[in-house]
Amino acid sequence: MVVVNMELLSLLIFLPLLCGAVAWFAEKKLRGSGNWITLFSLTGLLLLSFYLGSLGDSSLSWSWFARFNIHFALLFDGLALLMVVLTLALAILAVAVSWREIEQHRGFFHFNLLFSVAGIIGVFLAADLFLFFVFWEVMLIPMTALILIWGHEKRRYAAIKFFIFTQASSLLMLVAIIALALEHQTQTGFLSFSLAELQILGFAPKTEYWLMLGFFIAFAVKLPMVPLHSWLPDAHTQAPTAGSVLLAGILLKTGAYGLIRIVLPLFPNATMEFAPIAVTLGVLSIIYGALMAYSQTDFKRLVAYSSISHMGFVLLALFSWQEVALQGAILTIVAHGISSAALFSMAGMIQHRIHSREIGSMGGMWASAPKMATITLIFVMAGIGMPGMANFNGELFTLLGSYQVFPTHTIIAALGIIGSAVYGLHLFQRAFQGPTNIDISDLRMRELVYTSLLVVALFYFGLQPHIILDLSADTLSSLLSIAKEAKP
Amino acid sequence: MQDWLFVVPLLPLTSAITLLLFAGRLSPIMVAMLGVGSMGLAALLTLAIGLEFFANDAVAYQQVLFNWLPIAGASLNAGLHLDQLSIVMMGVITGVGWMIHWYAAAYMYTDKDVQRFFVYMNLFVFAMLMLVLGDSLILLYLGWEGVGLCSFLLIGFWQHEPNNVAAAKKAFIVTRVGDTAMMLGLLILFSEFGSLHINTIVTSSLVVDPSNLWLACILLVGGAVGKSAQLPLQTWLPDAMAGPTPVSALIHAATMVTAGVYLIARMHPLFLQVEGILNIVAWIGALTLVLAGLAALAQSDIKRILAYSTMSQIGYMFLGLGALAFDGAIFHLMTHAFFKALLFLTAGSIILKMHHQQDIFKMGGLFRSLPMTSTFLLIGLLALVAFPGSSGFFSKEAILVATYEAHTAGPLLWWMGVLGAFLTSLYSFRLLFIVCFGPANHHLEEGDYAPSSQLVVALLPLVTLAALGGFISLDFSQVFGPATHPHLPLWIEWMPVAVAVVGFALAWVFYFPRSNLHSQPSHGALQNFCRDGLGFDWLYDWVFTKPLQLFARVNKSDVVDHFYHFVGWFNFSLNEVLVISQNGKVRWYLYGTLAGCALMLGGLVWWS
Repeated sequence: MVVVNMELLSLLIFLPLLCGAVAWFAEKKLRGSGNWITLFSLTGLLLLSFYLGSLGDSSLSWSWFARFNIHFALLFDGLALLMVVLTLALAILAVAVSWREIEQHRGFFHFNLLFSVAGIIGVFLAADLFLFFVFWEVMLIPMTALILIWGHEKRRYAAIKFFIFTQASSLLMLVAIIALALEHQTQTGFLSFSLAELQILGFAPKTEYWLMLGFFIAFAVKLPMVPLHSWLPDAHTQAPTAGSVLLAGILLKTGAYGLIRIVLPLFPNATMEFAPIAVTLGVLSIIYGALMAYSQTDFKRLVAYSSISHMGFVLLALFSWQEVALQGAILTIVAHGISSAALFSMAGMIQHRIHSREIGSMGGMWASAPKMATITLIFVMAGIGMPGMANFNGELFTLLGSYQVFPTHTIIAALGIIGSAVYGLHLFQRAFQGPTNIDISDLRMRELVYTSLLVVALFYFGLQPHIILDLSADTLSSLLSIAKEAKP
Repeated sequence: MQDWLFVVPLLPLTSAITLLLFAGRLSPIMVAMLGVGSMGLAALLTLAIGLEFFANDAVAYQQVLFNWLPIAGASLNAGLHLDQLSIVMMGVITGVGWMIHWYAAAYMYTDKDVQRFFVYMNLFVFAMLMLVLGDSLILLYLGWEGVGLCSFLLIGFWQHEPNNVAAAKKAFIVTRVGDTAMMLGLLILFSEFGSLHINTIVTSSLVVDPSNLWLACILLVGGAVGKSAQLPLQTWLPDAMAGPTPVSALIHAATMVTAGVYLIARMHPLFLQVEGILNIVAWIGALTLVLAGLAALAQSDIKRILAYSTMSQIGYMFLGLGALAFDGAIFHLMTHAFFKALLFLTAGSIILKMHHQQDIFKMGGLFRSLPMTSTFLLIGLLALVAFPGSSGFFSKEAILVATYEAHTAGPLLWWMGVLGAFLTSLYSFRLLFIVCFGPANHHLEEGDYAPSSQLVVALLPLVTLAALGGFISLDFSQVFGPATHPHLPLWIEWMPVAVAVVGFALAWVFYFPRSNLHSQPSHGALQNFCRDGLGFDWLYDWVFTKPLQLFARVNKSDVVDHFYHFVGWFNFSLNEVLVISQNGKVRWYLYGTLAGCALMLGGLVWWS
């Protein structure tokens, strides 16, 4: 562990907050400057995280509430680096797609965007459960604001729904966190919120199970898992494009990340015991999400339901707790982050042009916008698991791994492969093929550049997935050694 | 030369990417030169590699491309594998593919989207080459899905037509069902063998649970029947004829649809280990070849006739695989690629001359007006009905003879094969007679008859191969083991020819257009049933599509959400009820307080 860089590490969180405030202020003085400041600060952060990543694992711990032994503790390892880079890259995408889309309160918009980025990065870095909870809340509020202020026609409803679901479930997590700290006190004599310290605790089976459930529900809502998913279609649909990109690309991943960082290592026995139920719910999410995606006629809603289906694979993989499956979970997290963000940004571009998200009002758009059609096709194909692109690897690894543990569940989950083809083609063909309903302008240069970058990323991670897996290898191997000792 | 192996798939891929990146900026002639030129280079390179390969005693050759999937404990490279099987497949893909590309360049020259067309075509060839060259099941699966995607794109190439779009979707989804079965097969193979490398699996000495292996094999067959349009996943192929005709020739006749045959041949050591699985393969083939033959007899669209004929001929290949005649099946795959490509391309020439008329009953008398094209058609059809000496004769004979002898097949299946030969002859000559003889049922000017030379040039090699391709001797001894030459009674060898002659005679009697009356399709109930693909579409529509659509309609607003709506509604209602109590009248509050006290006291008394 390198400790010299502790100040730098905290910059990953404080810098976006600061830049957010600057962007807000600057936009008031000079219209359009907010865009650039946000873009530069995110790019700077990206470079910073690469630099920190090149130094190896690093950590930081400042005493915060000494009375309760709460620390401002961060841990920056390979997996965290991976997630932070994904976050920043997609945040840049979010800025790019909303370059012209946002008309009102532009400064405040960028403030919120960077604020939620700070929260999300905090969630990925936190090594103290109390801090984790704080960041969990921090990322929620600006996101709600993004939906509430810059959202579409039903934004109030969607924002409140999003808020209530997340808030109610994170309350359970808070209770579980406090209970954990108290449990630490009874076992060792002092309170602790530190993830590393809590890992050595042993629990009575019932206690472990309930504590695990407290966290699990909070993360399952974020993931989201059927039947706790119904906030997501509304939130995604109503959010501005940047919001959808962040929501689908990263926010959902915090749920999966929580499962990897907290639920699995802290409660291995309970996780094993709970696995059949979790895996069943994961498979249910895959199938139900796919069916619901097919049922939709709203572009963004369809993609939202497809996210539920894809994140079901992550749940299946994590609770199979098998090496290849865990690799699959990580690959899916990254791949889905890119591909769903890509589809949402495409949805945003279409909505910006035709002022509708109904695929019924589209049709035959290939004729007028061939570039857009081609790139959308690539995104859709990535989403339905075309080999050679990133998402396929995730699905393949997940299925290969979980088949060793839950063969029946895996076979049903594989039906999701058919399902994704059905809704994916439904989406693509209704929008871009068939008789020409509507003429739209093709991708502009700026749009072409960032969508092409996404295409490159999808292929690159499809052909070179080891980059993702090398980064997460340490985390996964420690998880596996925990699994070996666990007794359900 | 063998080190250049990776260049063969790279050529069409590079061309496809170039064409995509410069979309709309290249002239049609540039597009054709790139699209066809890359194929030509690939074909010549394949030839060079093949010559060296056979000069080297056909030693299998591996080429690792890059480290692809770091699956824990079973890291997988992307690598190519060249052996006697893959070199033949490569030859067919690049050789026949080149001719079809050449033809397509002329056929599609005036289409405004010719560049997009060649992107898909080149990409298809790349994917198909990965399918046959991939040394792991995953790379094979990449090619497998890739050809499916290109097939989808090319069927729906003229995408403003709703019918084409629907046909494309159908093809993709039906084959995707098979692909999913195959994926499940891969999961089982991985859990049994711990690897997805083909050679590791087929040469593995691990003792494997036979029931799991059986399951894996049947799932692979599931994938094969999807791609190869065999029962019960055959319904997509006739609709796939919505694509431009060169596409039908390349993808839906010569190469992609035979991928299932290749898959089973490639994995045959597994199939040999499992009792009864090849028997199933043989039955699938036999049933498909008969049913597709019947369906072909009832069609009036020239491309649909050929589509059902393709299905039926692939049925023969499956029969051959089931009857242990792996080499015969691949031989038939090759000759079929020659003559079916020829048939589709001549059909394309005819269709073009007829101004996109595909109904055979609107043609007629073409021997006089299009003598050369009609001769090509005749040669293709003769190969199809296995006229002695033609290419189809040798390969079909090899399959049928093996079928009679094999313990996995036997005389009953052989008889079905013979019945298929009879049906083939019947529908082929029906096609020939109605299209080429009798009075002309069309109104074309003399000028329309001028032959277009580019189309003919591409056809000549195919004509030669369709006629004489049977004399190419293929050696698969290192893949399938030494070839066997069963000696059967003479009548068994000549029976297929005899029934073909009977078929010819019957076609003459029933279908030859007499000079004084126009030929017309008949419309019996049975005829309609056969024409509509024997009821499978109807069945799948009711079993799968309609319930799914019903679900989509009914549950669009998500039943789970209704629960949360209820929670919300309940709280609002509670709020409204309680608001009533807050009415500002002190007397009400007093009553309320008293009632509460009474309730609590009463409860206390009750419980104590």
